Amino acid sequence: MFLTFDGLSRGAVYAAFALALVLIWRATRIVNFAQGAMAVATAYAGFEVSAATGSYWLGFAVAIAAGLILGAVTERVVMRFVDHSSPLNGVVVALGLVLVIQGGLGMIFGSEFRPAEAPFSRDAFTVGGVALLSRFDLFVFAAVGIVVVLLALLFTRTHTGLRMRAAAFAPDVSRLLGVNVSGMLTLGWALAAAVGSLAGMLVLPTELGLHPNAMDIVFVSSFTAAVVGGLDSAIGSVLGGLIVGLLLSYVSGYLGATVAPIAVLILLVVVLLGRPGGLFSRSAARTV
Amino acid sequence: MKRLWSVLTVIALAAATTACSESGGGSGSSTPGVTDTEILIGTHMPLTGPAAAGYSKIAPASKAYFDYVNANGGVHGRKITYKIMDDTYNPATTQQVVRELVLQDKVFAVLNGLGTPTHTGVLDFLKTNRVPDLFVASGSRSWNQPDKYPGTFGFNVDYTVEGKILATHVKETQAGKKVCFLGQDDDFGKDSLAGIEKILGPVAAKQSYVTSNPNVGPQMGALKQAGCQVVMLATVPGFTALSIGTAAKIGFKPQFVVSQVGADLGTLTKSLGAAAPLTEGLISANYLPLATDPANPWIQLFTKVNTQYNAGAELDNNAVYGMSVAYLFVQSLQSAGKDLTRDGLIAAVEKGGFQGPGLVPVRFAKGDHSGYAGEQLSKVEGGKQIYFGTPYTTDDDAGAVTAYTTAPVAPPQNGIPAAS
Amino acid sequence: MSGKMKIATIVAGVAVVVVLTLVFPPFRTYQLATVGAYLCVTAGLTVLTGLNGQLSLGHGALMATGAYTLALSVNAGWPLTAAFAAALVVTTVIGGVVGLAAARLRGPYLAGLTLAVAVVVPAITSTFDGTFNSDQGLSVALEPPPGTVTVEQWQAWLAWGAALIVLVLLQLLIGGRFGRELKAVRDDETAARLAGVGVARTQVLAFVVSAACAGIGGALFAVLAQSVSPGAFPLSLSLFLVMAIVIGGLGSLAGAAWGAVLLVALPALAHTVTEGIDAQRLEGNLPLALFGVTLIVVMLAAPGGIAALRPFKRSPFKRSPFTKAGLRPLRKRSKA
Repeated sequence: MFLTFDGLSRGAVYAAFALALVLIWRATRIVNFAQGAMAVATAYAGFEVSAATGSYWLGFAVAIAAGLILGAVTERVVMRFVDHSSPLNGVVVALGLVLVIQGGLGMIFGSEFRPAEAPFSRDAFTVGGVALLSRFDLFVFAAVGIVVVLLALLFTRTHTGLRMRAAAFAPDVSRLLGVNVSGMLTLGWALAAAVGSLAGMLVLPTELGLHPNAMDIVFVSSFTAAVVGGLDSAIGSVLGGLIVGLLLSYVSGYLGATVAPIAVLILLVVVLLGRPGGLFSRSAARTV
Repeated sequence: MKRLWSVLTVIALAAATTACSESGGGSGSSTPGVTDTEILIGTHMPLTGPAAAGYSKIAPASKAYFDYVNANGGVHGRKITYKIMDDTYNPATTQQVVRELVLQDKVFAVLNGLGTPTHTGVLDFLKTNRVPDLFVASGSRSWNQPDKYPGTFGFNVDYTVEGKILATHVKETQAGKKVCFLGQDDDFGKDSLAGIEKILGPVAAKQSYVTSNPNVGPQMGALKQAGCQVVMLATVPGFTALSIGTAAKIGFKPQFVVSQVGADLGTLTKSLGAAAPLTEGLISANYLPLATDPANPWIQLFTKVNTQYNAGAELDNNAVYGMSVAYLFVQSLQSAGKDLTRDGLIAAVEKGGFQGPGLVPVRFAKGDHSGYAGEQLSKVEGGKQIYFGTPYTTDDDAGAVTAYTTAPVAPPQNGIPAAS
Repeated sequence: MSGKMKIATIVAGVAVVVVLTLVFPPFRTYQLATVGAYLCVTAGLTVLTGLNGQLSLGHGALMATGAYTLALSVNAGWPLTAAFAAALVVTTVIGGVVGLAAARLRGPYLAGLTLAVAVVVPAITSTFDGTFNSDQGLSVALEPPPGTVTVEQWQAWLAWGAALIVLVLLQLLIGGRFGRELKAVRDDETAARLAGVGVARTQVLAFVVSAACAGIGGALFAVLAQSVSPGAFPLSLSLFLVMAIVIGGLGSLAGAAWGAVLLVALPALAHTVTEGIDAQRLEGNLPLALFGVTLIVVMLAAPGGIAALRPFKRSPFKRSPFTKAGLRPLRKRSKA
């Protein structure tokens, strides 16, 4: 039981992070390898503000806002100028960004772990002597749930969302129809980075704390989650996140922490051999 | 012709980098890295990357102590230059940087190279090049193989010795309780557990973690299920904090007994943040004075050096460690005499007899290259880590755990070991 | 340049390198040896990624396979040549298995699978620690080099000897029918299939070839380091390999050579540049940031990589067939 809730709570974070990856992938066909480093950078900003003002929520807001800004700036200053003749160029630039951000954070804050406080108690409620989940876990579920619903509303119910989808799907046609395509791309990056920041704020208190490399492993798990779910599917990424979270928790609990990456690899092989475009791919849409 | 052109540029570039970097190296003396005015030594440390936390403070502290010694005339008129190379705890990078230190910079010795997997890879290389490999920063037993690696010496208490001392305390004070173990999935965890089981017999339950998976929820859940009352941790600081925090989260409050490696209270407090009171009552052990003890004359000395030469960095236990290493190295240089050679240095270390900040002696002798001989137990009380009882020493085999009652020495007046 | 000319250039290049090992100081020779070992890997990877369009983030794990195989065979008392052969065989088999799965996958899905392969190395070494000795790894007991040759020279000769064989074989392979099939599959799978090219077969074969090269490279690393451990093959190694071939110039062996040089030279240069600055937190971090900035700037300024930069351009109309036919279709597929 404890393992289930532990897994779901981490899975929710992976889901949010995978969602951020999917947002950018759908908009620009780039897998944003810098997502983890960007999230850590904004979390540093958030916790600095929290420490200075004593208010967790102010810091939280600052982190999300920093995510919006960092995402937009990254798109405007760097990603926009990437030559798209090869999809790998975007990957390499993103990896370059990772190094710059991690080096920069190390220079400013040093390579020590800094505490990342949770806004709610992490003591679990116990039912009949079995620890289930904590207030913080509930907060994680709520935050991720709200984000998923908001994004779904944005993309299906608003004009802006529609324009973003159009800009990503058919940039040239959209431009002819008067959609500000480049603005939509910037907005897409900003939103994705903000969701990434949220995931960072949710996962860091449960791990070792703030560190320039703190999200490296979260990134790997979340990318796996996004691939399992299907990179073109938002719902897929959420479910993929939960599946990976549960798998990691069960395997670490019953078989040992060392085996967990092997289990993830097996999951990927099984899923991808069955459905090469992830669980929620629209079948055959991607073949030539 | 594109390819030919490319190849030629590559070669030209390589040749150019060679040409402009062949200025280093010793002159006027046959011993590499030693001149009449300078001794060049080097180290490899993780300064960046996930493993850098805490450890990245050690080498700068050593350097600060060397600067202090240099400002006071150096050792036998020679100033010590300490070259710190970042290896990010990646054994492949360690290979590169140690070769650069030895083959290109021609260092006299490698001092305090950090990490078991990283340093294991360069043992043979250092041996082949006859480079003294002093005071390796890890508690593995591999450094103590005088027949195989005559130039390599340890520094830390080895994990088995520590396990025996901690287990002895548990046996005396927690008799009849259910003792369990959580350790890192490598030599650190294995050697620790071996020491513990030499004293206590098999533990009731044991779990392990890997550094690449920062979630110990499943492991702590299992230990709770097993009804453990004492949990002995062979963990690095981040995972100590994580274990204590996670245990509290699931309402599991055993007595924690933690290896010195992962028990630096400053680091734990910072990692735990608001949950820092959970460290209350934590048992650990150490062999160096604690940075939080301003009454200790060694801490007073190190504080002075730290303020003057370490760019305002905080004096924590990592810095104390770095300075203690540097102090022992200066002692070795003093003992090796004015006519400094590599063999002379190794002979001087083997002669042993060093007295410094340590609570127990270093063991160095002809057939023994292991570092500190034991530890004193400490406990967190009122948010402060304090020593209690007497230090204990033992060996990594069947030897008994015995009290060491000789009082520690005070530092010399000027803070620099005298020539012997 | 004709195929024969290219092979002559490769041979001449390697010959020059071997001459250099005779005059260079030991550390430079060791760096040259490292470049040679990397070259085996990047050359294989650029054939897979550049010419066949399959992105692998797991080549670090394939290198680890080669390195561990060599270490285990050498420690079992096998001669070095047999150990290299074993490393080759084992990575070829593993490459075949991964390649079979990879042939069904495209773009980021393939990246995701290979990424999972890359991070599984430490898990495998600690799960089967009886064989692989967990994080600590194995040491490789090598015989001293023959005669008066220094260790570094011997290592460099081994590395560049292997690189020579790898490069010549790859050149023969991609210069012929197989090379055309690789590109045909990359550019348009349907068209390739219509032209009678076995798409899946070509993709698996490309993966196997490149895995074998990575295995040889990994085995060389075991020889260079005289030890193997999972920490030496982290995820970042796999990522750096991809960065190297893209910055060097995707799809050409010259680009792979540039990439291999950069893998060794860039971190060293970044370290040298920052060495004079004395501040604790900058140590290590500043080189990292500089390295990152260099990557971004190079990618933005010269998307074709270093090998595509040619100061002696003979005619503005004569473009390399690779940039014309090669890179654009990659994009087409990724958007399809």
